[in-house]
Amino acid sequence: MDNPRSARQRWMSVLARAETDRLRALLEDQAPLPEYTVLRGPEAGLVMVRGRAGGGGAAFNLGEMTVTRCTVRTETGLIGHAYVQGRDEKRAELAALTDALMLDPGRTDALERQVITPLECQQEQRKEERAAKAAATRVQFLAMQTMRT
Amino acid sequence: MAYVAVKGGERAIDAAHGWLAAERRGDPSIPPLGVAQIQQQLGRSVDRVMAEGSLYDPQLAALAIKQAQGDLIEAAFLLRAFRTTLPRFAHTKPVDTATMRIERRISAIFKDLPGGQLLGPTYDYTHRLLDFSLLDDATVAPGPIAAADTETMPRVSDVLGQEGIIEPDTASEQEPGDLTRESLSFPASRDVRLQALARGDEGFVLGMGYSTQRGYGGSHPFAGEIRMGEVSVEIEPAELGFTIDIGDLVLTECQMVNQFKGSKTVSPRFTRGYGLVFGFGERKAMAMALVDRAMRAEELGEDVTAPAQNVEFVLYHSDNIEATGFVEHLKLPHYVDFQSELQNVRRMRAKQETAE
Repeated sequence: MDNPRSARQRWMSVLARAETDRLRALLEDQAPLPEYTVLRGPEAGLVMVRGRAGGGGAAFNLGEMTVTRCTVRTETGLIGHAYVQGRDEKRAELAALTDALMLDPGRTDALERQVITPLECQQEQRKEERAAKAAATRVQFLAMQTMRT
Repeated sequence: MAYVAVKGGERAIDAAHGWLAAERRGDPSIPPLGVAQIQQQLGRSVDRVMAEGSLYDPQLAALAIKQAQGDLIEAAFLLRAFRTTLPRFAHTKPVDTATMRIERRISAIFKDLPGGQLLGPTYDYTHRLLDFSLLDDATVAPGPIAAADTETMPRVSDVLGQEGIIEPDTASEQEPGDLTRESLSFPASRDVRLQALARGDEGFVLGMGYSTQRGYGGSHPFAGEIRMGEVSVEIEPAELGFTIDIGDLVLTECQMVNQFKGSKTVSPRFTRGYGLVFGFGERKAMAMALVDRAMRAEELGEDVTAPAQNVEFVLYHSDNIEATGFVEHLKLPHYVDFQSELQNVRRMRAKQETAE
């Protein structure tokens, strides 16, 4: 996370998965937010999802998914981008705005603590819940030695 | 005359669609079905419509199912039509199924494969008895949980690959063909075949896969591994110049391990078929892997004798939207065509009678 690019990749991935209402509520607590203009979008479109033959071989086109993108510029001149799965325009706009705000060194820490980390925790928790359910279905094979002796 | 008939048709069509909307709604005393309910409670239908509609968007698939009154091919058709209204922004990096967050993973060839076997939310081992408790809206307890293991789960092909006893994946940096951009042409390369199978009709692909098991182009398959779970999707937008993660997809992957093949230069080793589909679609992924392997017959030096090995036959008939279009076009007016046929038959009969 030391590299600024990987730090940005991380928060963008968290924002891409954020629920709109939650993100909106978390951002409201960061008021006052700067004015911003939407440079592009928010617009829904498609991304072609690729797989690999055999899992690791040559790429092939599996099918498309819906994606919404948005680019905003804050009055302070910071440009934020978002590409988020699905067709929720508000979500893309809020994600782009948050991305721009995260680029403001005066806000990064507060946003990290009060927006990104809580969203990430929620997402991790969901993953852990699914993993725990999957783990309960793990097969424990027992060798039936008693039947042979 | 014709003009009057067109107007009459219009009125009939409006009335038919009005009735359709009312029929779709059903008895107004029964609460209407919400799209969120379909998305949450008819997940396997949603997954199938996304796979065959070739568009991953669970909410839209649920809407299509509602609109089509549960006719899944009609719903897939609605998704295919919808996608044509949207621009394409990018393609993703190929998804990495090795890093899938596994919800189900089984192998029929290794009991103790690294990472173990997880059954996931499966219908396997159910008794297929109707559950009458579902007639009442009884509350359902959340499923049991256990401590999750962080052990990695290598794909079984990678496990066998370490020994060199199975054919490796052949990488290629070539841009894959895309059926949504160029129409099908032959010989079709494997990338195009996999795309066609992934969006192909489940019933058709299942039947073709089944035919290989029954001896029409058999390749002695084993379900090496089936895995289902979420993978992250990454794109690299030009304006950013680096990859970003845009969300998660549920995918089902099947690695079929098939009868071996060797030559003077290559020691005998297992061959493979591959299946990958949107959503939790195990039947489809398995059938796809069987048919993928069958269509590799020529590449592997096998005789092409069976329908499933015939690439043209499979690919020209796997798409249920195209098949529906051509089969159902027969119900459109063919009045003039039929008039000419009618005249032909009458002329032939008249000729026969005069000859007698």
